[in-house]
Amino acid sequence: MRNLSRIAIRNLSRYRRRTLLTASLVTIGVVFVLLFISISGSFKNMMVGQMTDSMLGHLEVHRKGYLASIDNLPLNLNLKLQAYRKLEEILKQQPEVESFSPRIKFGGMFSTFVETTNIRLNGVYPDPEFKTLPLLTSRITKGAKTLNRGEILIPDLLSTGMKVNVGDTVVVIATNKDGSVNGKQFKVSGVLESITGPGGRDGYIHFDDAMDVLRMEEMEVSEVAIRLKHFNRLHSFAEKLESLLSGEVNKQGKPIYDVSTWEKLSPFYNIARMIDVMAFFIKLMLIAVVLVSIMNVMIMAVYERIREIGTIAAIGTLPGKILSMFVLEGLFLGTMGALAGDLIGVIIILILNRVGITFDFGRQTGLVLSATIAPSDVLMISVIVIFISVIASLQPAYKASKMEPIKALRHV
Amino acid sequence: MGLVVAENITKIYSVVATKVSKDYTAGEIAIKALNEVSFEIEPASFVSFVGPSGSGKTTLLNLIGCLDKPTEGKLMVADTDVLHLDRKQSASFRGNNIGFIFQDFNLIPVLTVYENIEYPLLMVQNIPGVERKKRILTLLEAVGMIEQKDKYPDQISGGQKQRVAIARALVTNPKLVLADEPTANLDHKTAFLVLESMKKMRNEFGTTFIFSTHDQKIVGEAEIIYSLEDGELVGKQVKGGKANA
Repeated sequence: MRNLSRIAIRNLSRYRRRTLLTASLVTIGVVFVLLFISISGSFKNMMVGQMTDSMLGHLEVHRKGYLASIDNLPLNLNLKLQAYRKLEEILKQQPEVESFSPRIKFGGMFSTFVETTNIRLNGVYPDPEFKTLPLLTSRITKGAKTLNRGEILIPDLLSTGMKVNVGDTVVVIATNKDGSVNGKQFKVSGVLESITGPGGRDGYIHFDDAMDVLRMEEMEVSEVAIRLKHFNRLHSFAEKLESLLSGEVNKQGKPIYDVSTWEKLSPFYNIARMIDVMAFFIKLMLIAVVLVSIMNVMIMAVYERIREIGTIAAIGTLPGKILSMFVLEGLFLGTMGALAGDLIGVIIILILNRVGITFDFGRQTGLVLSATIAPSDVLMISVIVIFISVIASLQPAYKASKMEPIKALRHV
Repeated sequence: MGLVVAENITKIYSVVATKVSKDYTAGEIAIKALNEVSFEIEPASFVSFVGPSGSGKTTLLNLIGCLDKPTEGKLMVADTDVLHLDRKQSASFRGNNIGFIFQDFNLIPVLTVYENIEYPLLMVQNIPGVERKKRILTLLEAVGMIEQKDKYPDQISGGQKQRVAIARALVTNPKLVLADEPTANLDHKTAFLVLESMKKMRNEFGTTFIFSTHDQKIVGEAEIIYSLEDGELVGKQVKGGKANA
């Protein structure tokens, strides 16, 4: 194999310009794919992070049927205390769970005594909520990054639109599930940066205050947001939790709980999927570029060396070795292009990060793109390129190995 | 190396052609390239097939060299009936029993003189390093190319290339070396030098050399001359002996 490799490398250096040109094509393809994956991947991760770490959590548990009416924030589809305690008990036993936070969600009127508008409110316990959504505090652009009883965190849009500032007193009025209307005064403790998507305009109050507004005598929970220690175990944990909760049924024998990952709860999952699909097609394009360029150069190589093939076949080189010789040429060509592409791609990614590219997403502006690429992605791209290079050189190599020496020697 | 190898070769080597014919078809036209050719070649001979272009010299050498198969007849090369060898067996047989010298030298351009001679040992016979080096240096010395061993084919003359080709043909200790018009691309002085080299190798290693030529000036260098005309063997001349029609 060493000797075959030596001859293959010498043959590649024989047509240096052509070899460099082909390897450059592969290199450009690899660089392009690495940059696309790193930038789009970083964009995707940033968006997913925003969704999960400042709003949704990694997954949520609702009462069965709640999700279908989630836009109405139905109070009659909350989890009862007993059901919540059961869920709490199960979640506390799961080693995968980092934290979880019960919420009560409802719609109400928000009044500054001068103006009134509607608002979606989340009643939360601050400690578990901030632990479950670690980026939530970073969204508090004005005021204290806490939430005490009697305080409200309002979205930026409301603050700007209704000229409400930190320290102002406002009134929240809501109707409870029995149809009774109640109101409560709150002090604005902070303003939340708006983010794009459902829930991006929600306000936050203390859970106990929510219970007061809704005149709840016993705790009820609209949803439980869960944060996992390892995000990559999301789906396996969701399945596990579903299985654990499947035994819990109501009087009609129907399941009580509904487990949903963030993907089911956010429309941004489709954007994330679209990015994945685009990355897939970019990879397909890379495969096409590598396939065509390597196959082209190998067909040329075989055509130009027909007499040489005839000579080595005549002196007794077995067809398998002739095939290996040409496949190795393709392999080295692909490897050369892939390695150069990896190196250049990683350097460009480092430069991009040093320069710092900013972009806007929805109402969020000045987000700094942090282009990163996992070593496994670099490895995967390289393996794809090298594999395709071998595949591309197989046909010309096979043709070379099957040549009749007598005909090859006669070739002019 | 030479004496031991020569001893082995003389014991096992022979070429026997019995009514060998070869037909080609060019489009719809059938061409009889060889017509019932029969001959025997003794071990360690220096044999030439002569005849004008199209007489069947190259076809015959291709058949002896297992590069092609006869349409009819029987052909034994080195005690092997080569008619029944498949493609892989033919390649293996050639690699172990036959050396080739080509009209255009056919050296591998990306390999040095040394590496060109080394090629069959590495890629065909898989000979260990020490033995390989010994054989190559012996042959380089014998063909007078030791000084040029690190040069590439495009850095040496035509005569030198053919001497390298001779060394490459001999390095596997073949029983038979086939040379198709080995001097066709050389001037007369170089042609005679190359033939001298071939004869020297035959004397030193006991290898049988069979070459084809249409150049009457160098035919005389052969010890046995077979004449071909229109695919038929029309004469045999043994140097120092009388001619047979």
